[in-house]
Amino acid sequence: MQEYRTTRDGVRGERPLQAWFDVRKRNLGSWAFAINRLTGMGLIVYLVLHLIVLSTLLQGEQGWDKFLEIARSPFFLAFDIVLIFGILFHGLNGIRVALIGMGIGAKNHRSLFWVLMFIGAVLLVVSAWKVFTI
Amino acid sequence: MAERDVVFKVLRYKQGETVPHYDTFTVKTDENTTALVALQAIRRDDDPSLTLRHSCHHGSCGTCGMRINGEEQLSCVVNVQELGTPTVVVEPLQNAPLVSDLVVDMAPFFDRYTQPEMPYVRQSEFMPEADVPDGIGHYTRYENCLECGLCVSACPVMGSDASYLGPAAMAAAWRVVAEPRGSDPEFALNWADNEHGCWRCHVAYECTEVCPSDVNPAEAIMSLRGELTKRKFRRVFGLGK
Ligand code: SF4
Ligand code: SF4
Repeated sequence: MQEYRTTRDGVRGERPLQAWFDVRKRNLGSWAFAINRLTGMGLIVYLVLHLIVLSTLLQGEQGWDKFLEIARSPFFLAFDIVLIFGILFHGLNGIRVALIGMGIGAKNHRSLFWVLMFIGAVLLVVSAWKVFTI
Repeated sequence: MAERDVVFKVLRYKQGETVPHYDTFTVKTDENTTALVALQAIRRDDDPSLTLRHSCHHGSCGTCGMRINGEEQLSCVVNVQELGTPTVVVEPLQNAPLVSDLVVDMAPFFDRYTQPEMPYVRQSEFMPEADVPDGIGHYTRYENCLECGLCVSACPVMGSDASYLGPAAMAAAWRVVAEPRGSDPEFALNWADNEHGCWRCHVAYECTEVCPSDVNPAEAIMSLRGELTKRKFRRVFGLGK
């Protein structure tokens, strides 16, 4: 038989990021999967930023106070809401993935998603209210 | 529905080319035209070099799988006019090496799929009450999986882990565990028990969504995990297998 040379599908193969995030025509599970990856990466970036910010403590009280001033600005508080969204989504979807992975709720994975997201939405509203009123 | 011209935008790739491109063809369709029939019309009337795979034309052989308007489908059962789009985009399956136009290399798929050695014929559970003629013990039927590879193409994990065993093969492994019929469930379980196996799946359920034959690979993967978890717990607490 004549040798043939194959290539990866030029549309998407070998483009893992596209495989994760191209959710066109995909279903609920893929959206959950993509948002889970996004929030996961976001949380890693946040963790690094958080450590950098904490290091301002090394500059003494003055440096820290200056940071607190910025951190109380409405822009920064809005950023906190995004952060809380990321934590809630990633955590709650993680619970769903873990439960289904243990065979719990595998048949009702969609309902499980929506129930957890409802809980997440309530927690997000409560946290947003707290963030802006405390 | 009357006759209608539909534009087909088809991915093309031939040996030696570096990147694929798209060609467009206009096909006369009626209310019965399927995507496969339209592609064959292109081959017959416009471009005989268009390559594609097909056999049975009625959704049971699993060879004509491709992406139609971005969704993995068996082209023989997709009614073109019911798609409702003026242009129909046709692309080969993803996560498999492309050989030519709409033909991908299924070898990596079959290499994995045959590992658990799932028996292809099983006892039919559909007609337990049916009158079985004298001399026949029970009805048998084929396993559900058509080996079409649609699930592998749709799986987001498959796209980023080339060593992932993939949904169809793991569904086959679970069938061996659920109903061994002479195959070795221990082998199937151990085979799926690694970081490129059932633990890699991230519960996107896309495989189950696109499967044209009710195999439900996602649930099979979860069952593999459940069984493995049970066994690991038993081992930890010294309760045997
Ligand atoms: S459930 Fe698992 S195997 Fe199926 S598409 Fe999702 S990640 Fe892939
Ligand atoms: S599990 Fe379903 S989608 Fe996957 S190869 Fe088998 S029939 Fe096709």
